[in-house]
Amino acid sequence: MTSLPSEPDVKLGLVIDLDTCVGCHACVTACKAWNTQGEGAPLSDQDPYGTPSGTFLNRVHSFQVTPDRETGPEKSPQTVHFPKSCLHCDDAPCVTVCPTGASYKRIEDGIVLVNEDACMGCGLCAWACPYGARELDQAAGIMKKCTLCVDRIYNEELPEEDREPACVRTCPAGARHFGDLADPNSDVSRLVTERGGVDLLPEKGTRPVNQYLPPRVKDALQAPESKGGEDILAPFLAPVADTPSGFLGWLDRTLEKL
Amino acid sequence: MHPAPSVILFSTLSGAGFGLLAFLGLGLPSTNGWIAFVFYLIAYALAVGGLFAAFFHLANKKNAWRSYSQWRSSWLSREAIAAPAALLTMGVYAIGEIFFEIRLVPLGILGATLSLFTVFTTAMIYTQIRAVPRWNQPATPAFFLTAAITGGALLSGNVTAAMVLMVLLGAVVGFHWWKGDRRFAEAGSTLRTATQLDGEVSLWERPHTGDNYLTREMVFQIARKHSIKLRVIAMALMVVLPVLLLLIGGPHHLPAALAVLLHLSGVFVQRWLFFAEAEHVVGLYYGANTKIAA
Repeated sequence: MTSLPSEPDVKLGLVIDLDTCVGCHACVTACKAWNTQGEGAPLSDQDPYGTPSGTFLNRVHSFQVTPDRETGPEKSPQTVHFPKSCLHCDDAPCVTVCPTGASYKRIEDGIVLVNEDACMGCGLCAWACPYGARELDQAAGIMKKCTLCVDRIYNEELPEEDREPACVRTCPAGARHFGDLADPNSDVSRLVTERGGVDLLPEKGTRPVNQYLPPRVKDALQAPESKGGEDILAPFLAPVADTPSGFLGWLDRTLEKL
Repeated sequence: MHPAPSVILFSTLSGAGFGLLAFLGLGLPSTNGWIAFVFYLIAYALAVGGLFAAFFHLANKKNAWRSYSQWRSSWLSREAIAAPAALLTMGVYAIGEIFFEIRLVPLGILGATLSLFTVFTTAMIYTQIRAVPRWNQPATPAFFLTAAITGGALLSGNVTAAMVLMVLLGAVVGFHWWKGDRRFAEAGSTLRTATQLDGEVSLWERPHTGDNYLTREMVFQIARKHSIKLRVIAMALMVVLPVLLLLIGGPHHLPAALAVLLHLSGVFVQRWLFFAEAEHVVGLYYGANTKIAA
């Protein structure tokens, strides 16, 4: 049934740290690798050696940000890598628009899923999602989306450390975290509180479960305020001692005399 | 949004078809025998033809039958119920008029209501989508319904009503364009709210070098540079030319048929713009729509 369930007690989701993400796309690859060989339709590619295009459940965008701060070195522009996948919204607009009952939100853990056997490929759910989290697979004609690796996280065939989404498991920077965001004492919830986690597009009223941790303010350089022109590494290149002493000092003086 | 020809054809033709069914159901005109047969043939050809066109838009057609199930939450499901309900009700009513020269008045009123409700459900499929601010406004169902009633008036030969309705349609569509141009900024989504990054944000690199389903389906921008010209063409075909033709030509078959043709092609252009001009919020993540976002 595509009506939304009442507030789930458990809300599994991701916390993505924009400060730590290095934009390596390992999560993109791991996601595609795991989810193309699972139970559902594979994530197809079209014309991979020509003009490539394909289905991905997770994509990394990159943005340039010039902070609003007035002064100091932390106002300089920075690059922010921005992984984006389904946010498993509490008020998921993609679920209620589905005419066939293929899209649903699980009451037990809040994961938003597509029953591929019931999807008719109308694409309306992809229109309804403001985040672009759903993609209609061009080979299968079926709507694909992040499952939060529901076939990993409860899978007792896998070693315990692998029972988390493939993107989280693979992230070499530790920028992705998985857990229960309904539990205020969970690691992910504490991370959100401490780092000021945010909802994307809050004005759309979707109440996303996934949270994004904004980049930290850049460190101030451990040096006097720069006057412009000089090498920013200059303070670290300054000589440690003015007059050499000991053996090297003797060698220096001797070589100087030759 | 990508203007898929099948969906545009569907909303244009079936809108006019259901509009005609509404007029016939209300007995405007009340006909029987062969004349009634021809009227219903046109109405059903348009309405059912439109539905077929929409069906071909589906990527996985074998599951289309399931779209009857989610009427509690989904406007598309409500449409899938309302359309056959209207067609079946009006079918019984049509059999009465064509073969038995009887008018089942309550059935006709029910059929007319269901026909217009079907058009309303179609409109609500778009109106409900908050991710497309241009669609997400009351003027969307208003112009869908006005267009259907106008098309119905034209096709059913209610010439005076049709002329008045066409002028009204022009006003409603004009308002939809005017309001639509402001909706994205009103809705308040910007690259800043999309990324929640603190400062001046711009796209540095898309996720992949190639395009994808999202960019093809929702970040469509071809129409916009011609939008003013196309709006003028739509208004001329949909309102100005058919009204002039009916004023000069009078209520005869040839000018009326030509007026119908012009009007429907105008509605087609307007529907094309309805999709092609619509900006989806996801475009922000792909570097689009940043100029119109306030």
